[in-house]
Amino acid sequence: MDSFGDLLFYLVIETGFLKAALVVNLLLVVVMILTLMERKISAWIQERHGPNRVGPWGILQPIADGVKFFTKEDIVPSHVDKFLYIIAPLVSLFPALVTFAVVPFGDQMTVNMFDHLVTIQFQVADINVGILYIVGIASLGVYGLIVGGFGSNNKYSMLGGLRSSAQMISYELPMGLAIISVVMLSGSLRLNDIVTDQSSLLAWNIFRQPLGFIIFFVAAFAETNRLPFDLPEAEQELVGGYHTEYSSMKFSAFMISEYSHIITASSLVATLYLGGWQIPGLAALNLPIVAEQLLQILAFIVKTSFIIFIFMWVRWTLPRFRYDQLMNLGWKSMVPLGLLNVVLTAAVVAFF
Amino acid sequence: MLSIPVHYFLILGAILFGLGVVGVITRRNAIVIFMSIELMLNAVNLTFLAFSNYLNNVEGHIFVFMIMVVAAAEVAVGLAIIVAIFRLRETVHVDDIRLLKW
Amino acid sequence: MALESILFWLFAMLAVGGGVGVVVHPNPVKSALFLVVTFFALAGEYVLLMAHFVAIVHIAVYAGAIMVLFLFVIMLLNVQEESRLAGVWGFMRYFSVVLFVALFVQLGYFGYQGFFGAENVPLVRETEIGTVEQIGTALFSQYVLPFEIASILLLTAMIGALYLSKQKLGLGEPARAARVKEALHEKEEAH
Repeated sequence: MDSFGDLLFYLVIETGFLKAALVVNLLLVVVMILTLMERKISAWIQERHGPNRVGPWGILQPIADGVKFFTKEDIVPSHVDKFLYIIAPLVSLFPALVTFAVVPFGDQMTVNMFDHLVTIQFQVADINVGILYIVGIASLGVYGLIVGGFGSNNKYSMLGGLRSSAQMISYELPMGLAIISVVMLSGSLRLNDIVTDQSSLLAWNIFRQPLGFIIFFVAAFAETNRLPFDLPEAEQELVGGYHTEYSSMKFSAFMISEYSHIITASSLVATLYLGGWQIPGLAALNLPIVAEQLLQILAFIVKTSFIIFIFMWVRWTLPRFRYDQLMNLGWKSMVPLGLLNVVLTAAVVAFF
Repeated sequence: MLSIPVHYFLILGAILFGLGVVGVITRRNAIVIFMSIELMLNAVNLTFLAFSNYLNNVEGHIFVFMIMVVAAAEVAVGLAIIVAIFRLRETVHVDDIRLLKW
Repeated sequence: MALESILFWLFAMLAVGGGVGVVVHPNPVKSALFLVVTFFALAGEYVLLMAHFVAIVHIAVYAGAIMVLFLFVIMLLNVQEESRLAGVWGFMRYFSVVLFVALFVQLGYFGYQGFFGAENVPLVRETEIGTVEQIGTALFSQYVLPFEIASILLLTAMIGALYLSKQKLGLGEPARAARVKEALHEKEEAH
């Protein structure tokens, strides 16, 4: 018993292996839910019914979609660059899944497990340069699009890849500037410290950094390639852009990565600007620690879901930008505003 | 973290630097030459970090930081020059870009 | 073999393989993608050297920005595979091998010393100098002047790049129009 407990302890706690596997799988399950949510919300906005055939209210639709994707013929067109064509969906999926590793979804708590006093962190990896990690990994998402666009050997795909590379570079700058302001306020690159810094409602960064919040939010739309910034895949102009040539599971991998990007971006907005897992005034209630913990995780989920809902709401409400408008917005409005925000924040931090 | 000799990193840096030099000499595409220069810069970065670790001194990290700044600036200007040349001559093949002024 | 050694050899092989790919692959887009692989492997080596901050900045700057810019320009200019390596440059291919060996021997000299006959080989040590706090403290105290100059350099580069891409190039509109006319004429003759 003792050795088994020790082994389990090692596997579960020391390596964090189980936690990582759990989080990745949860992420994929949430992606499934999101595909249904997206269709239901679009139906609601456009006054349709949406999917309602598979299961009650159509809730089994994602499973039907999955089966469809798996059983479709996996076509590799003859004119593509085989290696790049096959590797592109994986390259696109990888950063979308690993970015979530540093997002804290609950306070750390200490429990007694198998006679070990264990501190459980509700976060896969608590690294001290967490924010930099996110900026670094998030910027890799574009490679999937570029590689897919180039490997497809198709002019529409190529244009999609070209557009996405320019778009990503342009919108990473304002995103980084917004993040710098947050980091200056909290004085730490660790995401957990940024969350604990926003302990009361008025200390939430959305109230301390309203401009930064808007910049980050808009940049997050551009980074996830969602409408109004979905120029790399614009159906009307590029017939689907970088994933024109893809079918079955490879296409599905692109979709999964898009939705995982949305989840990660939303959780980041919640973490950086909406206080993460914090509920203002919860400590005053003196609840038992487990209840408090569960409430905090629930708070994180609710905040993230709300941001995801806004993502979808915007998609089905706003039309797409033209390419020059996108660049003008990025370079002539967002970057100067981001710089202004950084300067203002620095002045406030220095003089107050 | 204590099992790797420092000089392994130096040898790796030397190999990468040599590869960068070979790329600069043999390739005729201006953009690929640029990329080979980036490779050389990164080999130097690796060497700086290895020595920084060996001497337990933070200055190597500072130097790497500065090299990254210079590389970023160099790429921005260099690629702008390449695009300008392409607009003028419709080639990036360095053998076709022999005349300083035309 | 310890985990670190395995990782070191894995990353080293990836880095060298990527470097060879950059140099020998005729297609510039593939060359750029090989360079991305090399940068990733190098970031791994930086982590093994206890330089976590530099490793992550390296990924964000090189893989995230510089290489995307490279790919953008290559795809924008639609650069084709290069075939020509004529004249004196054909000879350079052989010369470059000699140069590679010479450079490797020169640069790797310290490494060779470590290989042969040294009793206490210096190992990578566990240090705190690679953390954000240490580098930040050094950058903003002792090296604050270089830091500021670096910012001016970046500003200069930004303005220079803007100027280069905004500028009307030497040919001017009439010459360009004449060239287009000429091209059209040639096309007609060909038909």
